[in-house]
Amino acid sequence: MSKVPAELKYTDTHEWVRLEDDGSVAVGITDHAQEALGDIVFLELPEMGRKLAARENCAVVESVKAASDVYSPIAGEVIAVNQALVDAPEGLNADAYAAWLFKLLPSDKGMESLMDAAAYQSTTAEE
Amino acid sequence: MNDIASPPLHTPFHEAHLAAGARMVDFAGWHMPIHYGSQIDEHHAVRRDAGMFDVSHMLALDIEGADSTVWLRALLANDVARLARAGVPGKALYSCMLREDGGVIDDLIVYRFDDEHYRIVVNAGTAAKDVDWMRKHIASHAFKLSLTERRDLAMIAVQGPKAREKTWLALPDLKAGSETLPPFSGAQIGEIFIGRTGYTGEDGFELTLPATRAEAIWQALLGAGVRPCGLGARDTLRLEAGMNLYGQDMDESVSPLDSGLAWTVDFSDPARAFSGRAALEANPATHKLLGIVLEERGVLRAHMPVFTAAGAGETTSGSFSPTLEKSIAFARLPLEANAGEKVEVEIRGKRLPALSVKLPFVRNGKALV
Repeated sequence: MSKVPAELKYTDTHEWVRLEDDGSVAVGITDHAQEALGDIVFLELPEMGRKLAARENCAVVESVKAASDVYSPIAGEVIAVNQALVDAPEGLNADAYAAWLFKLLPSDKGMESLMDAAAYQSTTAEE
Repeated sequence: MNDIASPPLHTPFHEAHLAAGARMVDFAGWHMPIHYGSQIDEHHAVRRDAGMFDVSHMLALDIEGADSTVWLRALLANDVARLARAGVPGKALYSCMLREDGGVIDDLIVYRFDDEHYRIVVNAGTAAKDVDWMRKHIASHAFKLSLTERRDLAMIAVQGPKAREKTWLALPDLKAGSETLPPFSGAQIGEIFIGRTGYTGEDGFELTLPATRAEAIWQALLGAGVRPCGLGARDTLRLEAGMNLYGQDMDESVSPLDSGLAWTVDFSDPARAFSGRAALEANPATHKLLGIVLEERGVLRAHMPVFTAAGAGETTSGSFSPTLEKSIAFARLPLEANAGEKVEVEIRGKRLPALSVKLPFVRNGKALV
């Protein structure tokens, strides 16, 4: 059974979102997503300063098995990318919730439309 | 046999996979393990120690009768007459089975017991059409032989530098009869047929056994320290080993001569009119299959455009190579392209530098590129 921390928000495309103290949001892929992909070997992350719309295709996570697109959970500007993770993508398999991909400065109240842990859990339980 | 709508079939090792924590997928109509946790760890286990793969989804076919040799010489692009020349029973041959127009129906392994008794192992996804083609071929030429589908058998490949040793530890009765088996040959020892063959580029055995003994043999191999490996590792191992995968690197729409398989087509006997021969002789190769190593980060996949000084081509298979820690692929390229040249591969609209290389990438645990 994959982990779904209660304090995070989620999308139906298997991203997690964490509101940071400074008002930015960190984005990653869920434990369920990393488990489905298997051994992750490559990441392509958005450029710093890129302005993303909600649900915009903005990153790629590739496992040995397959490539998977990552969608921005909310609208915002990219203010950080996890370069350490690019150098060691297997960190995503080790702990999907420690391995954030990028951070956004939200441009609207998009956080409010995301799923809570219980709602996300019920979507993955069906798979 | 199984149409698209039917649920996936289970091999005799199904319960063992679930007990070992396999992540299961549907593959060619079968419920198969893709990995048991980490396909990279499984890959390394085979390169460095020993791993086992359930290959019971593949189909073993027994051929018996007076015309067995004559028929196989007409059916297959490689020549089973080579097997008799080896002088010992159990010798194996890799071959394509071609349509009259030269397209590849399937690739397979054929073992010769004697001139009137052979066994063929074909791919799971093509098994139904293969048997159909074979039966029509037998009927149209009125060959005297029987073709028997052996779904009563289970097959398991034990591969890696320690594979033979650990197989003997698990199944001591096999040791005396298989110790001196040369590569690419097999022997029937009691209920088990043991072949020194595989699809990983490592030493090892493939065991064919009654389905009823599958569970016990799996447990014995597990007890001897053989690691269960899934289809994921099987794919990266065969890719590193430079071995073609049917449906990806060749299919009915391409010639074996354009798929790196010219070495498996035997034209040496001018009197041997095998299926597809006339078409191949009328249409010489237009492409070659080379290896590609990506020089930057990224992962090569099938059907990516490749640009060479001699013209464009495309990848047919690609993945991440756990041994090289780089991405590798096979690419179908113009005949004038050569190994050792700088090429470019287009990934998501961007051209990245890569190097063309001779296959294989890895053999017996050692990187060759």
